Amino acid sequence: MAATQEEILKGLADIVNEIAGIPVEDVKLDKSFTDDLDVDSLSMVEVVVAAEEAFDVKIPDEDVKNLKTVGDAAEYILKHQD
Amino acid sequence: MSSTNRTVVVTGIGATTPLGGDSATTWEALLAGRSGVKPLEGERFADLPVRIAASAAVDPGDVLPRPLARKLDRSAQFALIAAREAWADAGYTAMAGEDSSIAPERLGTVIASGIGGVTTLLDQYDVLKEKGVRRVSPHTVPMLMPNSPSANVGLEVNAQAGVHTPVSACASGAEAIGYAVEMIRSGRADVVVAGGTEAAIHPLPITAFANMMAMSKNNEEPEKASRPYDKARDGFVLGEGAGVVILESAEHAARRGARVYCEVLGQGLSADSHHIAQPEPTGRGIAAALQSLLDSTDLKPSEVVHLNAHATSTPQGDAAEIKALRKVLGDDLDHVAVSATKSMTGHLLGGAGGIETVMTVLALHTRTAPPTINVDDLDEDIDADIVRDVPRALPAEGPIAAINNSFGFGGHNVVLALRSV
Repeated sequence: MAATQEEILKGLADIVNEIAGIPVEDVKLDKSFTDDLDVDSLSMVEVVVAAEEAFDVKIPDEDVKNLKTVGDAAEYILKHQD
Repeated sequence: MSSTNRTVVVTGIGATTPLGGDSATTWEALLAGRSGVKPLEGERFADLPVRIAASAAVDPGDVLPRPLARKLDRSAQFALIAAREAWADAGYTAMAGEDSSIAPERLGTVIASGIGGVTTLLDQYDVLKEKGVRRVSPHTVPMLMPNSPSANVGLEVNAQAGVHTPVSACASGAEAIGYAVEMIRSGRADVVVAGGTEAAIHPLPITAFANMMAMSKNNEEPEKASRPYDKARDGFVLGEGAGVVILESAEHAARRGARVYCEVLGQGLSADSHHIAQPEPTGRGIAAALQSLLDSTDLKPSEVVHLNAHATSTPQGDAAEIKALRKVLGDDLDHVAVSATKSMTGHLLGGAGGIETVMTVLALHTRTAPPTINVDDLDEDIDADIVRDVPRALPAEGPIAAINNSFGFGGHNVVLALRSV
Protein backbone atom coordinates (compact mmCIF):
# COMPACT_ATOMS: atom_id res chain seq x y z
CA MET A 1 0.00 0.00 0.00
CA ALA A 2 1.31 3.43 -0.95
CA ALA A 3 2.50 5.67 1.85
CA THR A 4 0.67 8.91 2.67
CA GLN A 5 2.43 12.26 2.67
CA GLU A 6 2.43 12.16 6.45
CA GLU A 7 4.08 8.74 6.48
CA ILE A 8 6.63 9.88 3.92
CA LEU A 9 7.53 12.94 6.00
CA LYS A 10 7.99 10.76 9.06
CA GLY A 11 10.17 8.34 7.08
CA LEU A 12 12.29 11.16 5.65
CA ALA A 13 12.66 12.67 9.12
CA ASP A 14 14.00 9.35 10.43
CA ILE A 15 16.46 9.13 7.52
CA VAL A 16 17.71 12.71 7.95
CA ASN A 17 18.02 12.10 11.68
CA GLU A 18 20.11 9.00 11.09
CA ILE A 19 22.38 10.62 8.48
CA ALA A 20 22.73 14.21 9.68
CA GLY A 21 21.74 13.95 13.34
CA ILE A 22 18.95 16.56 12.97
CA PRO A 23 16.10 16.02 15.49
CA VAL A 24 13.11 14.35 13.85
CA GLU A 25 10.76 17.20 14.81
CA ASP A 26 12.95 19.74 12.97
CA VAL A 27 12.57 17.94 9.63
CA LYS A 28 9.62 19.75 8.06
CA LEU A 29 8.30 20.02 4.50
CA ASP A 30 9.62 23.56 3.96
CA LYS A 31 13.17 22.77 5.15
CA SER A 32 16.04 22.80 2.66
CA PHE A 33 18.30 19.75 2.85
CA THR A 34 21.53 21.73 2.38
CA ASP A 35 20.66 25.04 4.05
CA ASP A 36 18.62 23.86 7.03
CA LEU A 37 19.38 20.20 7.66
CA ASP A 38 23.16 19.89 7.25
CA VAL A 39 22.80 17.43 4.35
CA ASP A 40 25.61 18.13 1.86
CA SER A 41 25.71 16.75 -1.67
CA LEU A 42 27.37 13.51 -0.54
CA SER A 43 24.95 12.93 2.31
CA MET A 44 22.07 13.72 -0.08
CA VAL A 45 23.05 10.62 -2.04
CA GLU A 46 22.66 8.63 1.17
CA VAL A 47 19.28 10.19 1.87
CA VAL A 48 18.10 9.31 -1.64
CA VAL A 49 19.28 5.69 -1.42
CA ALA A 50 17.66 5.27 1.99
CA ALA A 51 14.42 6.83 0.74
CA GLU A 52 14.39 4.53 -2.32
CA GLU A 53 14.58 1.56 0.00
CA ALA A 54 12.07 2.84 2.53
CA PHE A 55 9.40 3.77 -0.02
CA ASP A 56 10.13 1.30 -2.83
CA VAL A 57 10.69 4.07 -5.35
CA LYS A 58 13.42 4.84 -7.91
CA ILE A 59 14.92 8.33 -7.83
CA PRO A 60 17.27 8.70 -10.84
CA ASP A 61 20.40 10.85 -10.33
CA GLU A 62 19.11 13.50 -12.76
CA ASP A 63 16.02 14.06 -10.58
CA VAL A 64 17.96 14.36 -7.32
CA LYS A 65 19.08 17.94 -8.10
CA ASN A 66 15.42 19.06 -8.13
CA LEU A 67 14.83 17.82 -4.58
CA LYS A 68 15.80 20.97 -2.70
CA THR A 69 13.41 20.68 0.22
CA VAL A 70 11.89 17.88 2.24
CA GLY A 71 8.58 18.82 0.60
CA ASP A 72 10.10 18.35 -2.89
CA ALA A 73 11.25 14.87 -1.89
CA ALA A 74 7.93 13.94 -0.25
CA GLU A 75 6.01 15.06 -3.33
CA TYR A 76 8.35 13.16 -5.66
CA ILE A 77 7.99 9.97 -3.62
CA LEU A 78 4.20 10.36 -3.37
CA LYS A 79 3.98 10.64 -7.18
CA HIS A 80 6.43 7.89 -8.09
CA GLN A 81 5.84 5.15 -5.54
CA ASP A 82 4.39 1.87 -6.80
CA MET B 1 64.00 35.04 10.65
CA SER B 2 66.66 34.07 13.14
CA SER B 3 66.78 30.51 14.35
CA THR B 4 66.15 31.64 17.94
CA ASN B 5 62.69 32.95 17.28
CA ARG B 6 61.82 29.87 15.25
CA THR B 7 62.47 27.52 18.14
CA VAL B 8 59.66 24.93 18.10
CA VAL B 9 57.91 23.92 21.29
CA VAL B 10 55.15 21.51 22.28
CA THR B 11 52.16 23.24 23.87
CA GLY B 12 49.50 20.54 23.71
CA ILE B 13 49.16 16.76 23.63
CA GLY B 14 46.35 14.35 22.85
CA ALA B 15 46.03 10.62 22.38
CA THR B 16 43.61 7.76 22.14
CA THR B 17 45.36 4.42 22.43
CA PRO B 18 44.98 0.76 23.38
CA LEU B 19 45.67 1.91 26.95
CA GLY B 20 43.26 4.81 27.30
CA GLY B 21 40.94 7.25 25.59
CA ASP B 22 43.17 10.24 26.31
CA SER B 23 46.80 11.04 27.04
CA ALA B 24 46.44 11.08 30.83
CA THR B 25 44.87 7.62 31.12
CA THR B 26 47.32 6.28 28.55
CA TRP B 27 50.25 7.61 30.55
CA GLU B 28 48.88 6.24 33.80
CA ALA B 29 48.49 2.76 32.27
CA LEU B 30 51.98 2.95 30.77
CA LEU B 31 53.55 3.76 34.13
CA ALA B 32 51.59 0.88 35.66
CA GLY B 33 53.05 -1.46 33.03
CA ARG B 34 49.65 -2.51 31.73
CA SER B 35 49.33 -4.35 28.42
CA GLY B 36 46.72 -3.17 25.90
CA VAL B 37 46.84 -6.41 23.92
CA LYS B 38 43.62 -8.45 23.85
CA PRO B 39 42.18 -11.45 22.05
CA LEU B 40 40.28 -10.60 18.85
CA GLU B 41 36.70 -11.72 19.35
CA GLY B 42 34.35 -12.55 16.52
CA GLU B 43 33.93 -15.09 13.80
CA ARG B 44 35.85 -13.12 11.16
CA PHE B 45 39.05 -13.48 13.19
CA ALA B 46 38.50 -17.11 14.23
CA ASP B 47 40.56 -18.78 11.50
CA LEU B 48 43.39 -16.25 11.27
CA PRO B 49 46.98 -17.13 12.17
CA VAL B 50 47.00 -14.09 14.49
CA ARG B 51 43.99 -13.57 16.77
CA ILE B 52 45.29 -10.83 19.08
CA ALA B 53 45.63 -7.06 18.77
CA ALA B 54 45.98 -3.93 20.87
CA SER B 55 42.57 -2.52 20.06
CA ALA B 56 41.60 0.93 21.26
CA ALA B 57 40.61 1.20 24.93
CA VAL B 58 37.75 3.54 24.03
CA ASP B 59 35.78 3.02 20.83
CA PRO B 60 35.77 6.28 18.84
CA GLY B 61 32.14 5.62 17.91
CA ASP B 62 31.28 6.11 21.58
CA VAL B 63 33.00 9.49 21.65
CA LEU B 64 32.04 11.21 18.40
CA PRO B 65 28.44 12.03 17.44
CA ARG B 66 27.12 9.38 15.05
CA PRO B 67 26.44 11.68 12.06
CA LEU B 68 30.09 12.78 12.17
CA ALA B 69 31.54 9.34 12.90
CA ARG B 70 29.75 7.69 9.97
CA LYS B 71 31.51 10.03 7.51
CA LEU B 72 34.99 9.31 8.91
CA ASP B 73 37.20 6.26 8.62
CA ARG B 74 38.19 4.92 12.03
CA SER B 75 41.72 6.32 11.50
CA ALA B 76 40.28 9.83 11.04
CA GLN B 77 38.01 9.34 14.06
CA PHE B 78 41.04 8.56 16.23
CA ALA B 79 42.95 11.54 14.80
CA LEU B 80 40.08 13.92 15.44
CA ILE B 81 39.67 12.77 19.04
CA ALA B 82 43.40 13.11 19.75
CA ALA B 83 43.58 16.47 17.96
CA ARG B 84 40.63 17.87 19.92
CA GLU B 85 42.32 16.89 23.17
CA ALA B 86 45.64 18.41 22.09
CA TRP B 87 44.01 21.61 20.83
CA ALA B 88 42.19 22.15 24.12
CA ASP B 89 45.27 21.12 26.10
CA ALA B 90 47.24 23.86 24.32
CA GLY B 91 44.71 26.38 25.60
CA TYR B 92 42.87 27.01 22.34
CA THR B 93 39.15 27.45 22.88
CA ALA B 94 37.96 28.17 19.33
CA MET B 95 38.87 27.35 15.76
CA ALA B 96 41.43 29.60 14.08
CA GLY B 97 40.00 32.96 13.10
CA GLU B 98 37.19 32.89 15.66
CA ASP B 99 39.35 34.69 18.20
CA SER B 100 42.76 36.34 18.02
CA SER B 101 44.80 33.39 19.34
CA ILE B 102 45.87 32.12 15.88
CA ALA B 103 45.20 33.27 12.33
CA PRO B 104 43.97 30.50 9.97
CA GLU B 105 46.73 31.23 7.44
CA ARG B 106 49.38 30.69 10.14
CA LEU B 107 47.96 27.30 11.22
CA GLY B 108 48.72 23.95 9.59
CA THR B 109 48.11 20.27 10.14
CA VAL B 110 50.42 17.35 9.40
CA ILE B 111 48.80 14.07 10.38
CA ALA B 112 49.88 10.80 8.86
CA SER B 113 48.87 7.19 8.75
CA GLY B 114 50.71 4.23 7.33
CA ILE B 115 47.82 2.63 5.43
CA GLY B 116 45.00 5.17 5.36
CA GLY B 117 41.34 4.16 5.35
CA VAL B 118 41.94 0.48 4.74
CA THR B 119 38.92 -0.74 6.71
CA THR B 120 36.63 1.62 4.79
CA LEU B 121 38.04 0.33 1.51
CA LEU B 122 37.56 -3.31 2.46
CA ASP B 123 34.15 -2.84 4.09
CA GLN B 124 32.78 -0.90 1.12
CA TYR B 125 34.00 -3.61 -1.24
CA ASP B 126 31.97 -6.05 0.85
CA VAL B 127 28.96 -3.72 0.49
CA LEU B 128 29.45 -3.60 -3.30
CA LYS B 129 29.58 -7.39 -3.56
CA GLU B 130 26.80 -8.14 -1.09
CA LYS B 131 24.37 -5.24 -1.46
CA GLY B 132 25.11 -3.78 -4.88
CA VAL B 133 26.29 -0.58 -6.53
CA ARG B 134 23.67 1.73 -5.09
CA ARG B 135 24.63 1.00 -1.50
CA VAL B 136 28.33 1.93 -1.72
CA SER B 137 28.69 5.00 0.48
CA PRO B 138 29.22 8.32 -1.33
CA HIS B 139 31.64 9.12 1.51
CA THR B 140 33.96 6.23 0.58
CA VAL B 141 36.62 8.25 -1.25
CA PRO B 142 36.98 11.06 1.30
CA MET B 143 37.02 8.39 4.00
CA LEU B 144 39.68 6.11 2.57
CA MET B 145 42.16 8.68 1.26
CA PRO B 146 45.24 8.70 3.52
CA ASN B 147 45.14 12.50 3.84
CA SER B 148 41.63 12.31 5.31
CA PRO B 149 42.70 12.48 9.00
CA SER B 150 44.88 15.54 8.32
CA ALA B 151 42.19 17.17 6.19
CA ASN B 152 39.41 16.53 8.71
CA VAL B 153 41.49 17.90 11.58
CA GLY B 154 42.34 20.87 9.33
CA LEU B 155 38.62 21.51 8.80
CA GLU B 156 38.00 21.21 12.53
CA VAL B 157 40.54 23.91 13.48
CA ASN B 158 40.36 25.94 10.22
CA ALA B 159 43.99 25.37 9.22
CA GLN B 160 44.92 27.25 6.06
CA ALA B 161 48.73 27.33 6.06
CA GLY B 162 48.81 23.78 4.70
CA VAL B 163 47.38 20.35 5.41
CA HIS B 164 49.85 17.54 4.79
CA THR B 165 50.25 13.78 5.03
CA PRO B 166 53.68 12.22 4.63
CA VAL B 167 53.47 8.46 4.17
CA SER B 168 56.36 6.21 5.17
CA ALA B 169 54.73 3.12 6.67
CA CYS B 170 55.54 2.84 10.38
CA ALA B 171 57.67 6.01 10.31
CA SER B 172 54.74 8.13 9.04
CA GLY B 173 53.71 9.65 12.38
CA ALA B 174 57.26 10.69 13.23
CA GLU B 175 57.79 12.03 9.73
CA ALA B 176 54.63 14.11 10.16
CA ILE B 177 56.03 15.68 13.31
CA GLY B 178 59.35 16.37 11.60
CA TYR B 179 57.53 17.95 8.66
CA ALA B 180 55.54 20.13 11.05
CA VAL B 181 58.74 21.30 12.77
CA GLU B 182 60.10 22.33 9.37
CA MET B 183 56.87 24.19 8.54
CA ILE B 184 57.32 26.32 11.63
CA ARG B 185 61.08 26.71 11.22
CA SER B 186 60.79 27.86 7.64
CA GLY B 187 58.22 30.45 8.63
CA ARG B 188 55.27 28.87 6.80
CA ALA B 189 53.25 28.48 9.98
CA ASP B 190 53.27 29.50 13.64
CA VAL B 191 51.23 26.56 14.92
CA VAL B 192 50.89 23.04 13.50
CA VAL B 193 48.69 20.18 14.69
CA ALA B 194 50.89 17.14 14.07
CA GLY B 195 50.87 13.42 14.67
CA GLY B 196 49.94 9.98 13.47
CA THR B 197 46.95 7.68 13.44
CA GLU B 198 46.14 4.14 12.38
CA ALA B 199 43.15 1.80 12.32
CA ALA B 200 43.98 -1.45 10.53
CA ILE B 201 42.60 -4.15 12.81
CA HIS B 202 40.80 -6.11 10.11
CA PRO B 203 41.29 -9.71 8.92
CA LEU B 204 43.05 -8.72 5.68
CA PRO B 205 45.88 -6.49 7.00
CA ILE B 206 46.38 -8.89 9.92
CA THR B 207 46.68 -11.89 7.63
CA ALA B 208 48.96 -9.99 5.24
CA PHE B 209 51.33 -8.93 8.02
CA ALA B 210 51.21 -12.44 9.49
CA ASN B 211 52.15 -13.95 6.13
CA MET B 212 55.22 -11.70 6.05
CA MET B 213 56.26 -13.45 9.30
CA ALA B 214 56.27 -10.01 10.92
CA MET B 215 53.71 -10.60 13.66
CA SER B 216 53.70 -12.43 16.96
CA LYS B 217 51.53 -15.54 16.88
CA ASN B 218 51.34 -15.83 20.65
CA ASN B 219 47.56 -16.12 20.63
CA GLU B 220 47.56 -18.00 23.93
CA GLU B 221 49.05 -15.17 26.02
CA PRO B 222 48.03 -11.85 24.42
CA GLU B 223 49.54 -9.70 27.15
CA LYS B 224 52.90 -11.44 26.75
CA ALA B 225 52.99 -11.30 22.95
CA SER B 226 54.67 -7.91 22.51
CA ARG B 227 58.08 -8.39 24.14
CA PRO B 228 60.78 -6.12 22.70
CA TYR B 229 64.34 -7.11 23.64
CA ASP B 230 63.26 -10.44 25.13
CA LYS B 231 64.97 -13.54 23.70
CA ALA B 232 61.59 -15.08 22.88
CA ARG B 233 60.24 -12.12 20.86
CA ASP B 234 58.57 -13.31 17.68
CA GLY B 235 57.13 -10.24 15.98
CA PHE B 236 54.94 -7.22 16.56
CA VAL B 237 51.35 -6.98 17.77
CA LEU B 238 49.08 -4.68 15.78
CA GLY B 239 47.72 -1.68 17.68
CA GLU B 240 45.36 1.16 16.78
CA GLY B 241 44.78 4.76 17.85
CA ALA B 242 46.30 8.19 17.41
CA GLY B 243 48.70 10.61 19.04
CA VAL B 244 48.76 14.32 18.25
CA VAL B 245 50.83 17.25 19.49
CA ILE B 246 50.43 20.98 19.06
CA LEU B 247 53.72 22.39 17.83
CA GLU B 248 54.22 26.09 18.03
CA SER B 249 56.98 28.62 17.48
CA ALA B 250 58.39 29.53 20.88
CA GLU B 251 57.69 33.16 20.11
CA HIS B 252 54.01 32.51 19.38
CA ALA B 253 53.65 30.35 22.49
CA ALA B 254 55.25 33.06 24.64
CA ARG B 255 53.06 35.78 23.13
CA ARG B 256 49.87 34.02 24.18
CA GLY B 257 51.32 32.83 27.50
CA ALA B 258 50.97 29.16 26.65
CA ARG B 259 52.22 26.37 28.89
CA VAL B 260 55.26 24.79 27.21
CA TYR B 261 55.96 21.07 27.70
CA CYS B 262 59.31 20.91 25.93
CA GLU B 263 61.21 21.90 22.83
CA VAL B 264 61.45 19.83 19.64
CA LEU B 265 65.05 20.21 18.50
CA GLY B 266 64.60 18.64 15.11
CA GLN B 267 64.77 15.44 13.13
CA GLY B 268 67.30 13.17 11.49
CA LEU B 269 66.21 11.31 8.36
CA SER B 270 67.71 8.59 6.22
CA ALA B 271 66.79 5.63 4.06
CA ASP B 272 68.26 2.13 4.25
CA SER B 273 68.09 1.26 0.53
CA HIS B 274 68.56 -2.32 1.64
CA HIS B 275 65.27 -4.25 1.36
CA ILE B 276 61.61 -3.30 0.99
CA ALA B 277 60.63 -4.75 4.35
CA GLN B 278 63.63 -6.16 6.22
CA PRO B 279 65.67 -3.90 8.50
CA GLU B 280 69.30 -3.40 7.50
CA PRO B 281 71.00 -5.69 10.06
CA THR B 282 73.93 -3.44 11.04
CA GLY B 283 71.67 -0.43 11.66
CA ARG B 284 73.62 1.65 9.11
CA GLY B 285 70.60 3.73 8.07
CA ILE B 286 69.45 4.32 11.64
CA ALA B 287 72.96 5.43 12.61
CA ALA B 288 72.99 7.84 9.65
CA ALA B 289 69.67 9.36 10.73
CA LEU B 290 70.88 9.82 14.30
CA GLN B 291 74.16 11.31 13.12
CA SER B 292 72.27 13.70 10.87
CA LEU B 293 70.16 14.76 13.84
CA LEU B 294 73.28 15.44 15.93
CA ASP B 295 74.87 17.37 13.05
CA SER B 296 71.82 19.53 12.40
CA THR B 297 70.83 20.44 15.99
CA ASP B 298 72.65 21.56 19.12
CA LEU B 299 71.75 18.28 20.86
CA LYS B 300 74.72 16.90 22.80
CA PRO B 301 74.89 13.12 23.33
CA SER B 302 75.75 13.81 26.97
CA GLU B 303 72.32 15.37 27.64
CA VAL B 304 70.29 12.49 26.19
CA VAL B 305 68.77 10.63 29.15
CA HIS B 306 65.82 8.85 27.55
CA LEU B 307 64.96 7.01 24.37
CA ASN B 308 61.52 5.95 23.22
CA ALA B 309 62.75 3.18 20.96
CA HIS B 310 61.10 1.95 17.77
CA ALA B 311 61.51 -1.61 19.16
CA THR B 312 58.53 -3.43 17.67
CA SER B 313 59.43 -6.85 19.14
CA THR B 314 60.87 -8.35 15.95
CA PRO B 315 64.07 -10.39 16.33
CA GLN B 316 66.12 -8.41 13.75
CA GLY B 317 64.75 -4.90 14.15
CA ASP B 318 65.16 -4.49 17.91
CA ALA B 319 68.81 -5.56 17.76
CA ALA B 320 69.71 -3.40 14.74
CA GLU B 321 68.32 -0.29 16.43
CA ILE B 322 70.41 -0.76 19.58
CA LYS B 323 73.52 -1.50 17.50
CA ALA B 324 73.07 1.75 15.63
CA LEU B 325 72.58 3.76 18.80
CA ARG B 326 75.72 2.27 20.34
CA LYS B 327 77.67 3.05 17.19
CA VAL B 328 76.75 6.74 17.21
CA LEU B 329 76.38 7.50 20.93
CA GLY B 330 79.18 5.23 22.19
CA ASP B 331 79.46 5.34 25.98
CA ASP B 332 76.81 8.05 26.08
CA LEU B 333 74.22 5.31 25.47
CA ASP B 334 74.98 4.07 29.00
CA HIS B 335 73.10 6.99 30.59
CA VAL B 336 70.06 6.64 28.31
CA ALA B 337 66.99 5.04 29.89
CA VAL B 338 65.55 3.02 26.98
CA SER B 339 61.78 2.41 26.92
CA ALA B 340 59.98 0.18 24.42
CA THR B 341 56.40 1.27 24.97
CA LYS B 342 55.14 -0.99 22.16
CA SER B 343 55.44 -3.76 24.76
CA MET B 344 52.19 -2.26 26.11
CA THR B 345 50.54 -0.43 23.20
CA GLY B 346 51.41 -2.84 20.42
CA HIS B 347 52.55 -1.31 17.15
CA LEU B 348 50.31 1.46 15.83
CA LEU B 349 52.16 1.56 12.47
CA GLY B 350 51.71 5.16 11.23
CA GLY B 351 50.21 6.07 14.59
CA ALA B 352 53.30 4.96 16.50
CA GLY B 353 55.32 8.13 15.91
CA GLY B 354 52.36 10.16 17.12
CA ILE B 355 51.64 8.36 20.39
CA GLU B 356 55.33 7.84 21.14
CA THR B 357 56.02 11.55 20.70
CA VAL B 358 53.24 12.24 23.20
CA MET B 359 54.89 9.74 25.56
CA THR B 360 58.34 11.27 25.06
CA VAL B 361 56.91 14.72 25.79
CA LEU B 362 55.37 13.37 29.02
CA ALA B 363 58.60 11.56 29.96
CA LEU B 364 60.53 14.84 29.75
CA HIS B 365 57.78 16.89 31.36
CA THR B 366 57.32 14.54 34.33
CA ARG B 367 60.99 13.41 34.27
CA THR B 368 59.93 9.79 34.28
CA ALA B 369 60.77 7.06 31.77
CA PRO B 370 57.94 4.55 31.25
CA PRO B 371 58.79 0.87 31.61
CA THR B 372 59.20 -1.91 29.07
CA ILE B 373 57.21 -5.00 29.99
CA ASN B 374 57.74 -8.67 29.16
CA VAL B 375 61.54 -8.57 29.13
CA ASP B 376 61.75 -11.83 31.07
CA ASP B 377 64.99 -12.92 29.47
CA LEU B 378 66.97 -10.00 28.04
CA ASP B 379 68.61 -10.81 24.71
CA GLU B 380 72.39 -10.53 25.11
CA ASP B 381 72.53 -8.63 21.80
CA ILE B 382 70.76 -5.74 23.50
CA ASP B 383 73.65 -3.68 24.84
CA ALA B 384 71.65 -0.83 26.41
CA ASP B 385 70.01 0.15 29.67
CA ILE B 386 66.42 -1.02 29.24
CA VAL B 387 63.86 0.35 31.72
CA ARG B 388 62.17 -2.87 32.80
CA ASP B 389 58.81 -3.42 34.50
CA VAL B 390 58.68 -0.23 36.57
CA PRO B 391 59.09 3.43 35.59
CA ARG B 392 62.38 5.15 36.25
CA ALA B 393 62.98 8.71 37.48
CA LEU B 394 65.02 10.84 35.07
CA PRO B 395 67.47 13.48 36.42
CA ALA B 396 65.43 15.98 38.44
CA GLU B 397 67.66 19.00 37.73
CA GLY B 398 68.95 20.71 34.63
CA PRO B 399 68.05 20.34 30.97
CA ILE B 400 67.40 16.79 29.78
CA ALA B 401 66.84 15.51 26.27
CA ALA B 402 65.18 12.48 24.73
CA ILE B 403 65.16 10.75 21.38
CA ASN B 404 62.14 9.16 19.72
CA ASN B 405 62.82 6.65 16.94
CA SER B 406 60.49 5.46 14.19
CA PHE B 407 61.35 3.26 11.23
CA GLY B 408 59.18 1.91 8.46
CA PHE B 409 58.86 -0.71 5.75
CA GLY B 410 60.57 0.82 2.74
CA GLY B 411 63.68 1.58 4.78
CA HIS B 412 62.53 4.93 6.25
CA ASN B 413 64.36 6.12 9.36
CA VAL B 414 63.12 9.08 11.41
CA VAL B 415 64.82 10.17 14.63
CA LEU B 416 63.27 13.04 16.60
CA ALA B 417 64.94 14.91 19.46
CA LEU B 418 63.14 16.76 22.25
CA ARG B 419 64.55 18.73 25.19
CA SER B 420 63.10 19.99 28.45
CA VAL B 421 62.62 23.72 28.92
